[in-house]
Amino acid sequence: MIQRRSLLVGAASFGAASLISPVIAHAAAETDQRLLFVIQRGAADGLALLAPVGDPHLTALREPLLKGYDAAPRIGSFFALHPALGQVNAMAQSGEALFAHGVASAYRDRSHFDGQNLLETGGLRAYERRDGWLNRLLGLLPTGETRGLALSTTVPQALQGPRPVGSYAPSALPDADGALIDRVSALYAGDPQLSSLWQEALQTRGMAGNVTLKNLRNAQQTGALAASLMQGPKGARVMMVESEGWDSHANQPGQLGRTVAALDALLGAVRSGLGADWNRTLVIVATEFGRTARVNGTGGTDHGTASAAMLLGGRVRGGRVLADWPGLAASQLYQDRDLAPTIALESVIAGAVAEHFALDPAHTLATLFPERKIAPREGLLRV
Amino acid sequence: MHGAAMQDAAIAWSRFGSGARPQDRPPADPRRWLLGQMDRFAPRPAALAQTDTTDQAIVQYKILDDVQRERRKTMPGKNSEAFQTEREKDLNRQGREFYVTSVHARMAAAVESETPFIERLVHFWANHFAISYGRLQTMRFAPVHEFNAIRPHVLGNFRDLLVAASLHPAMQMFLDQAQSIGPNSPFTRRRENRGQPGAGLNENLAREIMELHTLGVRSGYSQQDVTEFARALTGWTVDGFRRMRTLQPMGEGRGYVPELHEPGTRRVMGKAYPDTGPKQALAILDDLAAHPATAKHVATKLAQHFAGDDPPAAMIGRLEMAFASTGGDLPSVYRALVASPEAWVAGPVKFLQPWEWAVASFRALGAPLPAPAVVNGLLDQLGQPTWKPGSPAGWTDKAEAWAAPDALMRRVEAGERIARSAQVEDVPALAEKLFPGGLGAATLAQLRRAESVTQSTALLLASPEMMRR
Repeated sequence: MIQRRSLLVGAASFGAASLISPVIAHAAAETDQRLLFVIQRGAADGLALLAPVGDPHLTALREPLLKGYDAAPRIGSFFALHPALGQVNAMAQSGEALFAHGVASAYRDRSHFDGQNLLETGGLRAYERRDGWLNRLLGLLPTGETRGLALSTTVPQALQGPRPVGSYAPSALPDADGALIDRVSALYAGDPQLSSLWQEALQTRGMAGNVTLKNLRNAQQTGALAASLMQGPKGARVMMVESEGWDSHANQPGQLGRTVAALDALLGAVRSGLGADWNRTLVIVATEFGRTARVNGTGGTDHGTASAAMLLGGRVRGGRVLADWPGLAASQLYQDRDLAPTIALESVIAGAVAEHFALDPAHTLATLFPERKIAPREGLLRV
Repeated sequence: MHGAAMQDAAIAWSRFGSGARPQDRPPADPRRWLLGQMDRFAPRPAALAQTDTTDQAIVQYKILDDVQRERRKTMPGKNSEAFQTEREKDLNRQGREFYVTSVHARMAAAVESETPFIERLVHFWANHFAISYGRLQTMRFAPVHEFNAIRPHVLGNFRDLLVAASLHPAMQMFLDQAQSIGPNSPFTRRRENRGQPGAGLNENLAREIMELHTLGVRSGYSQQDVTEFARALTGWTVDGFRRMRTLQPMGEGRGYVPELHEPGTRRVMGKAYPDTGPKQALAILDDLAAHPATAKHVATKLAQHFAGDDPPAAMIGRLEMAFASTGGDLPSVYRALVASPEAWVAGPVKFLQPWEWAVASFRALGAPLPAPAVVNGLLDQLGQPTWKPGSPAGWTDKAEAWAAPDALMRRVEAGERIARSAQVEDVPALAEKLFPGGLGAATLAQLRRAESVTQSTALLLASPEMMRR
């Protein structure tokens, strides 16, 4: 007999409060809202990010991985945040961080590359779609200067698509000579692909100004840079940052601890760097799939299914965990192995994005995740 | 030489090779020129003569490993870099230096190569069997993998390449095989009897062999097949630094320890494999190499690499047939590739990856290579640090990933930097030589109009002709 518990910690549940929000009517000028999508590449262990310490089976499954959680901050009575998520905890305490647990995309196998492809394209079968859901989102936003930007040298899959987007990462290369820049513009004039890339690059370099960073190795500085590129009237409105190092097959606590701490530093710097714009910002942190519920033979965890996602921002109805907790008893695990998926990640993403940009939720879901026959989550943000 | 012949020569140079050098003359028979490279290819050319063998890399690893173990014994709990001894720091420096010189040697081999088509295939297979190392302790292994497991087998049979590349110590360490132990192995049983926590199975290598090296994802195997293959692989480990008494050397730095092996018959994709010790996993590898899904997977990737991001199905089918009908004889597949008309269509079909652009740039200018640190720095800044794709899937081979605003800006900046140290007399004339019959009038005009030779050289490296093949 599967025992399920519905959890909505720290807040009331929301009914069909606002199917059509009144804000939709006057969304004409350029949006002032910002979205930052942080992708955790490598399958982040949701059971470590947000450990269900209230589940009676947790200790038996992964005792070696649970050191440090006794004193870790609690979200409600059931979940404990990873001890290295100090700044995220501060956001949770002030109601600006909302967690969704037991989430998974439509993907049910265990390949990183397919899983990330689905998370980014928003399709149902890997490599079927060439455009990403962030690029399709740009098409829903009021036109104008609305910019999509990746904080990386190349454009990740989620931002790829017909709408032009920028990419930028600080480099140690000396800036090209101004005269050369002009001549390259002339050189590319008859080449649509190169001239469009080149114009995007020039625009973003102009926006970044005098960046003294030479790379993105320092998470705190990366967060500050992301914030600066989202600020002001010309700042990016849809931004993506990649977080790596989540594939913890061996000796998980050490490796994962560093990766979690880096993510925490990045998110903290985004929040403080955005200042007043934090209230107009939604941050979504998600991964391609979770990891095995049991510790493996090498002190780590292997590829799994459901994980946890985070929504952060000044308007998030936070301080709580959204979960339809599947349980961790052997019979409750997905394929006797993984945390079972009980919430569609796409419904959370589409619901939050729709509320954030005051878009029609059903239309947003149908655009971002065209083949997903699910309903968008509501009541994730204060609208 | 005129018209179509000139165009074929240009395609052989850039699409199948790594671009022309100033002294190159267009081959009269471009297809024959490409196929003839199979007879002239040197697995260990002059540029790579000084690089480590696998055994040398293991010796070096063991020295560092011993020093670190010793430290952990004398300073328990002091794991961080802050507690490194001078000896350890020194070894780490040597490791980093080895990596940097290896990248430089790889670049030198590519830039000097008289068999650029086969060098391209080396890089293709190194990326197919990708290793990605960030940790200093293991940095020695990625170059060693390419130079000793990939290079000698690119013109052989796929099965031999697979066994060499997938079971090489570098791959075993990268994908945790060296730590994977049968849950019912004598070793685990003994530990459990002593009340010690059991070590166990790690299915990382098994999964990536099936998903990336052979069958390809979504080709019909299941999670159960992955786990069964992982069980069969237990016992295979690295020879040389985990002094287990019963280790049997398996060559090229590999070893087999019977006590770590999961006993019993394994069932993978419907076929039973009796417990033949180390041969159990090899038998599965044999069948994976010969599987039709593997032929299709390899054919698709090769066609994508040489004929464009979306290669025609007919071409993939021919490569697949060449692979399957010869039992994975790679030269037969390459001959089918060169014979494919789809790979010879006019106009560029691929956007160059940063490594390819850097090789083509250095070849184009014919100047001596910059110092190892500079070459490494350039590749880092271009977004493609050698042997660090970050994942066992390797670098992606599609334009969407590389044709990006910031990436283009970096090429222009890097090109300017390369141009500053080059000495070209007549850039427009060089450009006409490098792209026979294919140099755009707009590019030529800009090269002529440049205000200095350096600027003209930088514009050549930034030109659309250099960005695509």
